[in-house]
Amino acid sequence: MRYLPITSADRSEMLRAVGAPSVEALFADVPEDALLAEPVDLPHHAGEFEVERQLSRLAARNRAAGAGPFFCGAGSYRHHIPAAVDYLIQRGEFLTSYTPYQPEIAQGTLQYLFEFQTQVCLLTGMEVANASMYDGATAAAEAVTMANRVTRRSKAAVSGNLHPHYRDTAATLARFQGFALEAGPPMPAGGEDLASRIDGETSCVVVQYPDLFGNIADLSALAEAAHAKGALLVVVVTEIVALGALRPPGAMGADIVAAEGQSIGNAMGFGGPHLGLFAARARHMRQMPGRLCGETVDADGRRGYVLTLATREQHIRRERATSNICTNSGLCALAFTIHLTLLGETGLKRLAALNHAGAVSLADRLGGRVVTPAFFNEFAVRLDGDAAEAVERLAGEGILAGVPVSRLHPGAGLNDLLLVAVTETAEEEDLAALAEALA
Amino acid sequence: MTGLSRDTVSGDLGLRIEEPLIFEQDSPGAVGVDWPEAEAGPDRLGGLARSGPIGLPSLAEPTVVRHYTRLSQKNYGIDTGLFPLGSCTMKHNPRLNERMARLPGFADVHPLQPESTVQGALTLCRELQRWLTVLTGMPGVALTPGAGAHGELCGMMAVRAALDAGGAANAARRRVLVPDSAHGTNPATAAALGFEVVSVPEDGRGRVDPDRFEALAGEGGVAAVMLTNPNTCGVFENDIRRIADAVHDAGGYFYCDGANFNAIVGRVRPGDLGVDAMHINLHKTFSTPHGGGGPGSGPVVFSEALAPFAPVPRIVEEDGVLRLEEANGRALGRMKAFHGQMGMFVRALAYMMSHGADGLRQVSGDAVLNANYLLRKLEDLYSAPFADSGPAMHEALFDDRSLRDTGVSTLDIAKAMIDEGLHPMTVYFPLVVHGAMLVEPTETETRASLDRFVAIMRGLADRAKAGAPLTEAPHHAPRRRLDETQAARKPVLRWRGAGEE
Repeated sequence: MRYLPITSADRSEMLRAVGAPSVEALFADVPEDALLAEPVDLPHHAGEFEVERQLSRLAARNRAAGAGPFFCGAGSYRHHIPAAVDYLIQRGEFLTSYTPYQPEIAQGTLQYLFEFQTQVCLLTGMEVANASMYDGATAAAEAVTMANRVTRRSKAAVSGNLHPHYRDTAATLARFQGFALEAGPPMPAGGEDLASRIDGETSCVVVQYPDLFGNIADLSALAEAAHAKGALLVVVVTEIVALGALRPPGAMGADIVAAEGQSIGNAMGFGGPHLGLFAARARHMRQMPGRLCGETVDADGRRGYVLTLATREQHIRRERATSNICTNSGLCALAFTIHLTLLGETGLKRLAALNHAGAVSLADRLGGRVVTPAFFNEFAVRLDGDAAEAVERLAGEGILAGVPVSRLHPGAGLNDLLLVAVTETAEEEDLAALAEALA
Repeated sequence: MTGLSRDTVSGDLGLRIEEPLIFEQDSPGAVGVDWPEAEAGPDRLGGLARSGPIGLPSLAEPTVVRHYTRLSQKNYGIDTGLFPLGSCTMKHNPRLNERMARLPGFADVHPLQPESTVQGALTLCRELQRWLTVLTGMPGVALTPGAGAHGELCGMMAVRAALDAGGAANAARRRVLVPDSAHGTNPATAAALGFEVVSVPEDGRGRVDPDRFEALAGEGGVAAVMLTNPNTCGVFENDIRRIADAVHDAGGYFYCDGANFNAIVGRVRPGDLGVDAMHINLHKTFSTPHGGGGPGSGPVVFSEALAPFAPVPRIVEEDGVLRLEEANGRALGRMKAFHGQMGMFVRALAYMMSHGADGLRQVSGDAVLNANYLLRKLEDLYSAPFADSGPAMHEALFDDRSLRDTGVSTLDIAKAMIDEGLHPMTVYFPLVVHGAMLVEPTETETRASLDRFVAIMRGLADRAKAGAPLTEAPHHAPRRRLDETQAARKPVLRWRGAGEE
């Protein structure tokens, strides 16, 4: 077995050193009838070529986005990833390292996390950010529980235009933690009145920017309304590239930003792993979930980095921790920070502008079918018939036309709506093909 | 200084090169990605266009590649050497798995594409479920949890859902019995879900005392036990059947923390031991890379009793076609967006197929043999509190009693190991052992590597006893000991430019 270096000669000598007659004898504490005498009923080991052949065959049964015009979004986006990103994250010192609990030999991880946290702050307009979460949906759910802790309240008002997977992830926590989560109905053209749903019991308002249907709205008034009642404003971003073009949530009064960072540096990968971003106001720093990297000095006075404020975390606080969370999305955060460093100020702004210009170009062709008045790179289109059927039909013609709203909001009477996302990867011919197909 | 000294002009030392932050290398005008300017035209941003600079630095690609290459050289990984972190299973990460996860048919696929266009991906998920089911002897598998602690959350939510479905009498069940040797995530998970954590003391031989456990379970209101097996003291809970029976008789469920599954994979099925739910860290037992702290993947296997409460989405088959079931009345809910850590599923399945049923048996056998080998080779110099409690499983647990008169602590040994080119073991965990050193060599080390580890550890013990000043170590790492107190007292969590507040 190519991955197992202990030879049978080693094994005999080591068993002698251990004083055991056989490897099986080392399992003496297992109840005898639970110890399997033979290998389980699964295939035996296979060479690299054989595994590659079988898995490649499975991969070939999926339609890759690059095979034709592609317009899916709704929380996972296809952007170009520079070659340097994938090369660098595969360096073994990054790929095969552990959580940096021994900082003297993990400064590489710690420094990029410090840079990552800074980049997330700059993008979102917030003061502090953590070292990442599982994904945007779990980050949003953690944002709600953090708001509950900060305000000592237990009722969240959730926008009907929040991605339903995010709403449901938070609702699952609400069900088991015993707090209230009140979600409104979806409003594809925007114009939702969230402020009127805030009262003296509300811990936070959760709003997505741009929202599920692509709407963008100024959140400043909502922030003021929330703050006036002692509630926090949680802003969810599922397409982080948008913040290269849009006013950041921090500039509109957000208290917590929970975002999906996949769009920068990470493949769609059938939905995971993705990258949860989490940013907040400095005054709430100690109520944040997840790992935080901070600057300090070593015994010689040289600048260095460590994981810090661990007294919030489960491995120190156990049942009094702010969250049970342990793992972050380290390698996805690395891909994000490398890609964003390559982009820089100019590259990100240009990338965002290209996304927006492509979406505007498509929207112009679709005219009155477009439901979303103001948008970044994604909007809802009203079709004459069932959007899911149209998507299936167009997939047969080689076009992945987008995400039917019924896939996320079944039974909401929105079956004729299609979510269409346009990134820099869509070419002029792709836009023309989709416009013609939907005409 | 000059000439006679080892000091350098730059302060850098050979391959140890200081690397400034990206923000300190800002070169306005430089760019690392060439995108054209979008054609000018009216925007549809609703008056919300960003004004002013974001503040991101500008660097060209050569600078960026060099930056991250230099940072990587300040890290220790499995690729560097033995990484004996107890409870973390830092085994070799095969590169085939990386290649497979990057096939466009897996990587460049959207989670909400029509199901007809992702039958291969759904088949792969089903295949992973089949391997996990056979290896654990448990019929239900929830793939979506994003990591081990997330799997714990999922498993304990299923427990709560099952209890609640059992009527009002069960709703009052809030007590979760947790051994005091447990991972911190266990009590944190139970508390996060509103359970009351009841600590079960260790019995002096590194295990749960079954009599004490039965007494605690008999006090009523029991929802579950959360038990790691093999446990964090490095031994197998040989009274596991009594523990399972006690919690079941009390009307509760048995949650097993699967962090240590590597010790028994292919040889013992948790389902045969009475387990109702267990998360599996694909990033431990099945070698998906730890990546400096993630991403992980924590599928949960369920018994018949808990399987109906598994979260959505679930993969179901209709007329030979696989599809995603997004709603189910008994499901506990949704754990995260989309369908789970697909990239990790590909890697884990590639690992499983490479090893096969026979290779996985060898994995656990060699992992356990290696740990026992280290235990026997070091126990005369490092006290091993449970060395007489039966064979070690895949971890060897030592403590600092034998160093008591030297002034050298467990932390000092760990930091001295860094100077020797080793990554330290897990220290000060489990909490039940003072000055714990938990060593998990895994099965992917050569005997030469194990012998080198033994030689270094013996040498360090000798030096400690001879009064060597190990408390200053490390001297040869990219940094010496870092001031964690300062970091926590005045947190600096981001870079700020000169003059910025």
